[in-house]
Amino acid sequence: MTETQQIPARAHRGLIRGSVFALRRNPNMLLGSVILAVVVVIALISPYLTRTDPSALNPFERLQPPSSVHWFGADHLGRDVFDRTLVGSRVSLLVGFSVGLVTSVAGLLIGLISGYYRRLDNVIMRFMDGLMAFPSLLLALALIAVLGASVFNVILVICVVDTPRMVRVVRGSVLSLREQQFVEAANAIGTPAWRILLRHIAPNTFAPVMVQATFIFALAIIVEANLSFLGAGVPPSIPSWGNIMGQGRTYLQIAVWVTFFPGLFLSLCVLSINLVGDGLRDTLDPRFSRRA
Amino acid sequence: MSGYIIRRLLASIPVILLVGVITFSILHIAPGDPAVLMAGEEATPEDVEKMRQALGFDKPFYVQFAVWVGNLLRGDLGTSIFSKHTITSLMAPRLQPTLSLGMLAIVLSILFGIPMGVIAAWKVGSFTDRGVMIFAVLGFSVPVFWLGFIFIWLFAVHFRIFPAVGFVPISEGVFPYLKSLTLPALANAIPFSALVARMTRSTMVEVLQEDYIRTARAKGLAEFGVIGRHALRNASIPIVTVIGLVFAALVSGAVVTETVFAIPGLGRLLVDGVVRRDYPIVQAMLMVTAVSYVFVNLVIDIFYAYLDPRIRY
Repeated sequence: MTETQQIPARAHRGLIRGSVFALRRNPNMLLGSVILAVVVVIALISPYLTRTDPSALNPFERLQPPSSVHWFGADHLGRDVFDRTLVGSRVSLLVGFSVGLVTSVAGLLIGLISGYYRRLDNVIMRFMDGLMAFPSLLLALALIAVLGASVFNVILVICVVDTPRMVRVVRGSVLSLREQQFVEAANAIGTPAWRILLRHIAPNTFAPVMVQATFIFALAIIVEANLSFLGAGVPPSIPSWGNIMGQGRTYLQIAVWVTFFPGLFLSLCVLSINLVGDGLRDTLDPRFSRRA
Repeated sequence: MSGYIIRRLLASIPVILLVGVITFSILHIAPGDPAVLMAGEEATPEDVEKMRQALGFDKPFYVQFAVWVGNLLRGDLGTSIFSKHTITSLMAPRLQPTLSLGMLAIVLSILFGIPMGVIAAWKVGSFTDRGVMIFAVLGFSVPVFWLGFIFIWLFAVHFRIFPAVGFVPISEGVFPYLKSLTLPALANAIPFSALVARMTRSTMVEVLQEDYIRTARAKGLAEFGVIGRHALRNASIPIVTVIGLVFAALVSGAVVTETVFAIPGLGRLLVDGVVRRDYPIVQAMLMVTAVSYVFVNLVIDIFYAYLDPRIRY
C-alpha cells in the first residue's frame, strides 16, 4: 500500500496498448504473463488432465514417493499428489480472481464517494483505518471462526480484509483528480455529481486500480493457502493448494513431496502474478520504472 | 516535539475505539444465535440459556458493549469457554515464545534486508542488483508455512542441525533457546527481508542521485561515509515505514509459523480458539494485536519526527 498509492492516474485507453508495449519491453513481465497463462489453462482443463480421481482413496498406494506412476508421489490416503495439485489450482485461482474483482469494484465505489464527498470522507476513512489496524490474516481467521469455513466465506472474508487497501488507492487518485480542470468544467456546465464521478473521474483511476488488483490477486492466493493450511479455509473435501499442504504436514518427515509440490506450484503462480503486477506498475507509472 | 506526540496520541484514540467496535461486532454478525454457537452441539436448551445469561447476551447490544469495554479497561480480557481459564492467564505464558520469535524475525529481516537493498542501490543495474531484485520478488511470493516445511525437511530431517519443532524457553539456556527459534524466525524473516530490501533499494537509488551525494563524493568523503551517513539516513523514513508494516505481517506470520513449528505461542492460542469456536479468545487476541499495532505505528510516527524534524508540522 505504501508503494502503490501514489500512482498518478492516467487515461484507461492507454492501458491495453500500454500492456502490449510493456510486454515487449519488460522480459520479467512477459515471463510472468506466460507462467500465469499456463497456470490458468491448467486450472481450466484440469478435469481432463487428471488420470485418477483426486479424491478417491487408495490405501495400497499411501505415501508412495514420486515415480513414473505418481509424478509427485501419493499422500497419506494414497491420492495422487500431481492430480490433486492440478485440481487445487482451480480453488486458488478462483479465490484470487474473485477477490481481485470484488475488491476492485467495492474499492472503486467506496473510494469514489470517499474522495469526492468531504463530509463522508472522514467517516469512511476512519472505518477503513479501523479495519486496517488488524493484521489481515488475524481478521480473516476471526471472521472465518464466526461464519464457518467454505469457499464462498473464504472469498468474502479476504474481500473484507483487502478492500480498505483498494479504497485508499482510489481515494488518493480521486483527491487529486477532483481538483483538475476537466472536473471543474463538468461541474460548471451542470453535470450531476454521479455522472462526474462515473464518467469523468472513475476512468482515470483504472490504472492504479489495476495495479493494486494484481497485487491483491497474488496476496489473496497466499491468504487462502494460509487459511486452508490452518484448517480454517477451504473444506478438506475440495483439494486446494493450502489444504493439500495442511494435510501433508503430519507426514512431512517421511513424505516431503506431499507438501513440496503444491507449495512449489503456488509460489510459481504467485510469483508470476507479482511479476505481471510489477510490470504493469512500471508501465503505468514511469516514475517507478527507474526505481523498482 | 511533545506537542506532536500528544496530538498523535489523541488521534489514535478514535482508531482504537473503532477497533473495539469492530472486534465486538464480529460475534454478532454470525448467522444464528451466538449463545447456541458457543454452547456447542450437544447443549440442551437450558445450557444455552445459562450460556446466554453468563455472557450477557440477554441484555441489549450497547449494554453488552459497555460491559465489555469496561472489563477491557480493567485488564479483564474475558474467560475462555473451552478451558474456563481467564484469557490473561492463558496469554501470559505464551508471550515469551511469540515475542522472541517476532523480535528475532524483525532483527533478521533488517539484518538481511537493509544491506541487500543498499548494495543493490549502490551497484544499480549490476549483476548483484538483479540478484537482489529476484530475491525480492521471489521472497514475497512464497508462503511462510511452506518455507517452514522446506527448512524443517532440509535442516532438521536431512542435516539434523536444528530441532524440527518445539520451543525451548530462555531459562533453559540461551543456546538451545536460539537454536529452537532459528528455523521459524528465518522462515518468517525471508518475505519481510525481501520487502525491506526492495524498499531500501528504491529509496536509496533515488537518494543517491541527489546533489548532496555528489557534493559529499566531490569533497573526497570515503564511499562508506557517503552511503552510511549521507544516503542511508535520508533514505531511512520509507524504510522505517516498511518495518512498521512488517510488524503487522509478522503477527500474521507468527500464527502460521507457530503452527508449523509447534511453538506454544499466542498464534497457536488464536488458531485453537478459531478451531474450537472459543469466541472470547478470538476477540481478545484481535483486540490485543490491533491495539499493539496501532501503538507500534504511533511509535513509528514519533520516530519519523525524530528522524526528520520537518514532519512535526
